[in-house]
Amino acid sequence: MRQALTLYRSSVGKKALMAVSGILLAGFVLAHMLGNLKMFQGPEAMDGYAVFLKELGYPVLPEYGVLWIARIALLAAVGIHALAAFQLWQKSRAARGAAYRKEDSQVFSYASRTMRWGGVIILLFVVYHILHFTTGTVHSDFEYASVYRNVVIGFQSVPVSLFYLVAVGALALHLYHGLWSVFSTLGVQNPKVTRIRRPLAAGLSILLFVGYAAVPVGVMAGILTLP
Amino acid sequence: MDLTLHVWRQETSSASGSFQTYKAAGVSDSMSFLDMLDLVNERITRDGGDPIAFEHDCREGICGSCGMVINGIAHGPHKMTTACQLHMRSFSDGDEIWIEPWRAKAFPVLKDLVVERAAFDRIIQAGGYISVRTGSAPDANAIAVPKPDADLAFDAAACIGCGACVAACPNASAMLFTAAKAAHLSYVPQGQTERLGRAAAMVMTHDEEGFGNCTNHGACQEVCPKGISVNYISRLNRDLLKATLTGISVG
Repeated sequence: MRQALTLYRSSVGKKALMAVSGILLAGFVLAHMLGNLKMFQGPEAMDGYAVFLKELGYPVLPEYGVLWIARIALLAAVGIHALAAFQLWQKSRAARGAAYRKEDSQVFSYASRTMRWGGVIILLFVVYHILHFTTGTVHSDFEYASVYRNVVIGFQSVPVSLFYLVAVGALALHLYHGLWSVFSTLGVQNPKVTRIRRPLAAGLSILLFVGYAAVPVGVMAGILTLP
Repeated sequence: MDLTLHVWRQETSSASGSFQTYKAAGVSDSMSFLDMLDLVNERITRDGGDPIAFEHDCREGICGSCGMVINGIAHGPHKMTTACQLHMRSFSDGDEIWIEPWRAKAFPVLKDLVVERAAFDRIIQAGGYISVRTGSAPDANAIAVPKPDADLAFDAAACIGCGACVAACPNASAMLFTAAKAAHLSYVPQGQTERLGRAAAMVMTHDEEGFGNCTNHGACQEVCPKGISVNYISRLNRDLLKATLTGISVG
C-alpha cells in the first residue's frame, strides 16, 4: 500500500492510473457503440436491450444492480482519469516556466496537442448527453423507457445531430492518442506491438467514430424513422 | 548572406531578459551556427558591447554543450544535428532568426543562452551508474551480450545530455534523457542487479527536480541530435511499475 502511494506521487504512477482508467472507459465506449447499433434492428430490439441492461444480474442482484455498479465504476474511472490529468497538467505547466517567443509545433500531432482541452470538451458533452438521453431534462419530447423513439426524435434536430458528430469526432481523436499511449505508459515494449500500436489505435478510433456517427446520420438520412 | 538575429539577452538568472536585434552581415554558408555567433560577437566586442553568452565546447556534436532554440526548434531546423554542427547553408539571405535559451524551470538561465543543467547530473547521481568494484578492465567477451541488446544499449548511450528533449517537450519533461541514461545500463548484464531500484530512483529525482511529465507527444525524439527513440521511455515506465509490484523501494 505504501509502495502504491509512493508510486502515485510519481508522474509515472499517475500516468499508469490514467492508462488503467482510460482502458476501462474505452471498453465502455466500445460496448456503448455496439449497443447503439441495435437501433438498426428496430424499436423492439433497442428498447429490449435497455430492459436487458436494467435486469442484468436479476434476481441475484436487485433490478438496476449491475447498471448502477457499472455507473459507479465509470464515474470513479472518470474522476481518477480527470484528477490525475489535472495534477499532471499543473506540474507540466509549472515545469516550462517562461514561454518561448517562437515555438514550432509541427513536431507533434493535432491529437496529442488537444488531449487536455479535448478531454474537458468530452466531459461536458457526456454531461449534456446524460441530460439528453438518460434523464431527458434537455430533450424536447422525452418518454421514459422508449429508447428508440427518444433517440429518433432527439436526432431529428439537425443542430443536435451535428453537435453529436463533432463530439464523437473529438472522442475519436482523444482515443487515438490515448490508446497508443497506453502501451508506452504501461511499459509494453515488445517491438511487434510497438510497430502496430499507432495503426491499431487509429483503426479502433475510426471504427468507433463510424459506429457512433451511424445513428445520428441514419436518423438524418431517414433510414431510422418513428414506426 | 546577411541575416537579422533576435537574441535572448539576460544579464543573470535573477534578471529579467529581453530580445535584442542584431545584424549578421557577410555570413558564409560554410560557417557553423556558432561560427556565425562568433562573428556577431567579434563586432559587438569591437563596439564595446557585451558579447552574447552561449555554451560550447567540442563543436563537433558530441559534448552536448551548445543547446539553443533556433526559430522555435531545439538545435535548429536540421534533423539529428547539434547547433554547432548546424551550418548556415540551412538558412538563406535575408532570413530572420529567433534564438532563445532552453526554457524549463529546472534549467535556469545563467546568462543569455546559457542554462544550468545540473538537474541532469542529479538524475544520474540518483541511480545512473553501476555499483561495482573497479579495478583492471575485465576481459572483453567474458560476459556475452546478445548483439541486438548491445545495439539498443549503445543507441541509448549515444545521449550527450544536451537537454534538447526538455527544451522541445511541451511539458518540459526530461523523460527521454532519464530513459536513455537508464536504458544504456538495463540492456546489459552488468546493469541488471540494480535495474528496478535505479529506474525508481531516477524517475523520482526527475520529478523532484521540477521537470514535467511525458504525454507521448514525441517532440523530444524529433529534436534529439542523437535520434534517441521514445521507446526507451516505455522501458523505463515498465521498470518503475515492476519495482512497485515487486516491492522494491521506490521512495
